[in-house]
Amino acid sequence: MEFFKIRRDIPFMRHALIFNVISFLTFAAAVFFLVTKGLHLSVEFTGGTVMEVGYSQPANVEKVRSTVAGLGFSEVQVQNFGTSRDVMIRLPAQKGVSTAQQSEAVLTALRQEDPGVTLRRTEFVGPQVGEELVTDGLKALAMVVAGIMVYLAFRFEWKYAVAGIIANLHDIVIILGFFAYFQWEFSLAVLAAVLAVLGYSVNESVVIFDRIRENFRRYRKLDTPQIIDSAITATISRTIITHGSTQIMVLSMLLFGGPTLYYFALALTIGICFGIYSSVFVAAALAMWLGIKREDLIKTPVKREGDPSDPNDPNAGATV
Amino acid sequence: MNRYPVWKYAIILIALLVGAIYTLPNFFGEAPAVQVSAAKATMRVDATTRNRIQQALAGAGIPPEAITLDPNSVKVRFDSTDTQLKARDVIQKALVPDPADAGYVVALNLLSGSPQWLTALRAAPMYLGLDLRGGVHFMLQVDMQAALTKKAESLAGDLRLSLREANVRHGGVTRSGQAIEVRFRESQALEAAKRIIADQFPDLQAVDAPEGTEYRMTATIRPDAARRIQDQALKQNMVTLHNRINELGVAEPVIQQQGLDRIVVQLPGVQDTAKAKDILGRTATLEMRLVDESAEARAAEMGTGPVPFGSERYLERDGRTVIVKRQVIITGESLTDAQPGFDSQTQQPKVDLTVDAKGGRIMRDTSRENLRKRMAILLFEKGRGEVLTAPVIQGELGNRFQISGSMTVNEANDLALLLRAGSLAAPMEIIEELTVGPTLGAENISKGFQSVVWGFIVICIFMAAYYMLFGVISGIALAFNLVLLVAVLSMLQATLTLPGMAAMALALGMAIDSNVLINERIREELRTGAAPQAAINTGYDRAWATILDSNITTLIAGIALLTFGSGPVRGFAVVHTIGILTSMFSAVFFSRGLVNLWYGRQKKLKAVSIGTVWRPAGGKALAPSE
Repeated sequence: MEFFKIRRDIPFMRHALIFNVISFLTFAAAVFFLVTKGLHLSVEFTGGTVMEVGYSQPANVEKVRSTVAGLGFSEVQVQNFGTSRDVMIRLPAQKGVSTAQQSEAVLTALRQEDPGVTLRRTEFVGPQVGEELVTDGLKALAMVVAGIMVYLAFRFEWKYAVAGIIANLHDIVIILGFFAYFQWEFSLAVLAAVLAVLGYSVNESVVIFDRIRENFRRYRKLDTPQIIDSAITATISRTIITHGSTQIMVLSMLLFGGPTLYYFALALTIGICFGIYSSVFVAAALAMWLGIKREDLIKTPVKREGDPSDPNDPNAGATV
Repeated sequence: MNRYPVWKYAIILIALLVGAIYTLPNFFGEAPAVQVSAAKATMRVDATTRNRIQQALAGAGIPPEAITLDPNSVKVRFDSTDTQLKARDVIQKALVPDPADAGYVVALNLLSGSPQWLTALRAAPMYLGLDLRGGVHFMLQVDMQAALTKKAESLAGDLRLSLREANVRHGGVTRSGQAIEVRFRESQALEAAKRIIADQFPDLQAVDAPEGTEYRMTATIRPDAARRIQDQALKQNMVTLHNRINELGVAEPVIQQQGLDRIVVQLPGVQDTAKAKDILGRTATLEMRLVDESAEARAAEMGTGPVPFGSERYLERDGRTVIVKRQVIITGESLTDAQPGFDSQTQQPKVDLTVDAKGGRIMRDTSRENLRKRMAILLFEKGRGEVLTAPVIQGELGNRFQISGSMTVNEANDLALLLRAGSLAAPMEIIEELTVGPTLGAENISKGFQSVVWGFIVICIFMAAYYMLFGVISGIALAFNLVLLVAVLSMLQATLTLPGMAAMALALGMAIDSNVLINERIREELRTGAAPQAAINTGYDRAWATILDSNITTLIAGIALLTFGSGPVRGFAVVHTIGILTSMFSAVFFSRGLVNLWYGRQKKLKAVSIGTVWRPAGGKALAPSE
């Protein structure tokens, strides 16, 4: 089997401007939704209590909501979770109330309505823990960005590092934009997925950059856009197939993983799709705008240490 | 060129073997078991305990599958849940005759069902996280400021006393926050006080400042002492929690320090959060009282008369009756420290007690009036008191005194622990709580498992269809990667959580990337007309640099998650990072070994089975556009 029967290099870079405009618009939209709608943060970040209760028959969400609201909790969220028999109740953190007792009180009230209700899961997070998670998450993000940039700069050159990291941060912002627009729950697992995507889609840029370097060595007559086109064309089949394979796994999680892994898998799916797009169209194009050259990567052979012809060598001409 | 030396195959074989052995325990599942551990710090679980259990089970005609003794517990494995329940009752009856005064915790547990030889190799299954096995998780925050304030208060009292003993005139010792302030009229007094602090209070550092005509000295707790105090407070709270949790009868409670001031408590299998919270939050109290040594009390002690008015009957830990006066001399609040040690004269084990200044004054008065009489130290928990020890007062006591005589080193250690564990060193607050029902845990396991299995199968089918034999080899390498990953996680005894299983699935999805890279490279080499053997060689070589690069970036993300992540993110990061490392071994080294084994010996290899190697018309290689 061969899906990719490409006769000539595809002139990706000819349309680089269009792709960059598309990217910029998606990015702007994502930022817009992030600012206006904000992320629907899970209880891990905001603090509060989440309860999952199971009923023996399909649950009456309205009735559960009124029962819980009757206990004097404000801003209670009640919704189905996974199946129609499972209900998720979210209580905000209340100051001065021993939150440890909240879940007990709710469960007792629900038991009075329907003795068949079972507690499947409760989670209580104090507000101080939530704040820490937010700062730790940001620290982790900063460390990933810095680490990858240093590595790319060391392995290639600073222009590649900048192009690679911008392309991939653009993926991250777009994932967050999706979560903001649809108000999907942003949990710790989603954060992990987002950071994993960052590491993963940089892969893609690295593979293309690797090829660009190789092509600079191989084809001395081509100009930079042609080199980039050739590199992308040569790696496109691999790009699609690997991402496809990873997506198979993620899809399997999306289908079989249940509600807990759902948003995790969703974040990965968006990340993988935009990862392909951004490595192919954004990273390479940015690198082109930044003006990568053959000379940046293919260094003239470094002179050996102590080479007597080196005028800057303090030991020049010295013999022992 | 495509041959591995023997040692490389040997490495592969060893890795296969080790991987298989350490993965194996995960397939045996878990067998019902009863676990017996000590409920009190003074109880020991040893070979005699095991023999008693064995005899009790033999007497009831219940054959155990296996009995194992480890440093803290005896575990007995059974063939079914029915016998497990029956055996629990039998053992409970044999070891714990009085449920109100339990010496042992007899708990139901699940043990790995793997055979003896695997256990002997220390091959154990992965530890399942709470989200997979059900149970409760608490994170408690220790109020360290309160611990320091408490310490400063007791130091202020001590200082006041020392100044008085040394006849240093001062204008009052006050505590403001965690600092102790002392005023003096004369500079000699200030100097004397500073000497006292330097000599007797190693934990304090003093600075003085003239204030009008007076001098003010401010003593603060040294930073290293503060760290030690915080550390001790945390340890003491953990010991106390441990003692309390023992009553819940949880088989494998996890009590861990997290960060500087947090304690994580995990109770697998416990569903009753209300009770767990109640037990965690309960305070035990310590009281010191005089032993009633009147004739009536002695009669009551022998069991021949009623307990006299104003006294109570308590049991000592070894079961002897002690009649103790109702009047409390001091409570555990005054006790600031209890440490085991050795008497410098007799070389006998002893326990040093330190009480605060107020307690010291009361102790001095009481001991002076009651020389040669016995004083009992009682621990109240769950409203039930127990005499820890009832030594004879040998002399006038101050704020530091010792209990010694007829103790072994172990007994001294235990007593010190119990004295300290009587109360929490600092208040705690629950800042995170998680309860997972057992059915949800089982569902999570099957969901995580299905995600991994289905994804794996589909990828293998696709790879085999697209890359033919090379795809099959990639699939085998992927399976090997999974085995290695599970083996490493089992060896590390890492805790597997649902995000961990997700990371496993993702690791497989990403690991196949390396094989795709290699296979595409080989195809490309073939396309440009390279001979099959040369194509395999250059394909692997060229792909290696790219694989290394891309894995390092993923590794950076994994390590960042590991550093800053907590809870579920950490579980994800551990599996993610290990998965990347094992994938490098399996996808490159191992798959190359398979390829070499298959093709390496054929000198005149004409074609390799790697699917369609498509060439543009005319057999020309892919050319750059004009």
